[in-house]
Amino acid sequence: MALRDVPEINAGSMADIAFLLLIFFLVTTTMDIDTGITRRLPPPVEDDTEIDIKERNIFKVLVNSSDRLLVEGKPGDIRNLKEDVKEFMTNPFNLETLPEKDIRFIENLGEIEVSKGVVSLKNDRGTSYEMYIKVQNELTAAFNELRDEISLRYYGIKFSNLVNQDRIKAVQEAIPIAISEAEPENIGGN
Amino acid sequence: MARFKKKKPSGPQKINTSALPDIIFMLLFFFMVTTTMREVTLIVKVQPPDATEVQKLEKKSLVSYIYVGVPVKSQFGTESRIQLNDAFATASDIPEFVASEREARNEEDRKFLTTSIKADKNTRMGIITDIKQELRKANALKINYSSKKVQSLSN
Repeated sequence: MALRDVPEINAGSMADIAFLLLIFFLVTTTMDIDTGITRRLPPPVEDDTEIDIKERNIFKVLVNSSDRLLVEGKPGDIRNLKEDVKEFMTNPFNLETLPEKDIRFIENLGEIEVSKGVVSLKNDRGTSYEMYIKVQNELTAAFNELRDEISLRYYGIKFSNLVNQDRIKAVQEAIPIAISEAEPENIGGN
Repeated sequence: MARFKKKKPSGPQKINTSALPDIIFMLLFFFMVTTTMREVTLIVKVQPPDATEVQKLEKKSLVSYIYVGVPVKSQFGTESRIQLNDAFATASDIPEFVASEREARNEEDRKFLTTSIKADKNTRMGIITDIKQELRKANALKINYSSKKVQSLSN
C-alpha cells in the first residue's frame, strides 16, 4: 500500500481562538490579592463580670469621633503610638508605672519575661474607619516589631521569615498580641 | 576567490508565526490560573484604607465577605450600608448570613472560616461595631479588616 500523505490541518486560526480565550480571561480576571489586618474577636460574654486588671498593666488608647487620640489620658499623636506601645510592652527600666512581667518557661526559648500588659482600644461610633485601621495598624506594627526583636535575638532572623512552626509558636507565646477592644460608646454622635 | 551569491530582492521577508499560538496559550494559561471570578457585583462603593502591617488572606474559599460603603446608586441613599451577597442588608441579617456561609463549607473547614470586612475608609465605626457585635454573637470570631498594602502611611 502506498504511503498516503497525511493531510495537514490548518492551524492558522488556532492563534485566533487562543486570543479569544485570552481576552476573555484578561477581562474577567481580578488580580487583587486580599490583604488585611487579621484579628480575633472575643467570644460573646453572657454575664458582665468585670475582670480586674491592674491599672499599670493597661495601656489605654481612645479615639474620639473627630479622630483624635487620647493615649494614657493625654492627647496623643498617631506617629508616636508605635514607640509608646513598644516601650509599654517591654518596660525596659522596670518602672513601677509600666506593666509587670512574668517569668515564664517557653519551649525553644527558655525562660523569658512575658509582659502582662494589655493595650485597650476604645473607639467612638463616630470614629472614621480609616483612623481606626491606622490605629490598629500602629498597634500591630508595635507587636510585630517586638516579635522581630525576639526572633532576631534568639534565631537570628525576622519573625516573618521564620519557617519552623515551633519557633513561630514560641515567639507568639513570648509576645502575645494583647489588644483588647472595649464595648463601643456613643458620645460624639454619629 | 569566494563568490558571493547575490540575494534576490524578494519583497518583505515572512516571519514565522507558528510559535504564536504557543505564546498566546502560555499567556492564556497564566490568566486562567490566576483568575478569580467575581462572585458578587458590588452595589456599594468600597475604597479600602491603607495599612502597612497587612497579612495575605490565604485560601479564598474559606473567606466570606461583608461589604460596607455608600451605595453606588444614589437613590439608595448616601449613608453607608452593608452588602451581603448581592443585596443590601442590616447588621441583624449577619447571623443568618454566617450560618449560610458555614452551611456551604465542609465540616472540617468550618472552624477556619474567616470573615473579611471590606469597608470603605470613610465609613463610621458605628456600623462596623454593630457588625462586630453580630459576628461575636454568631461565633464567627476570625475577622480580617480588608486594607491595602502600602509601604508607609502618610500622616
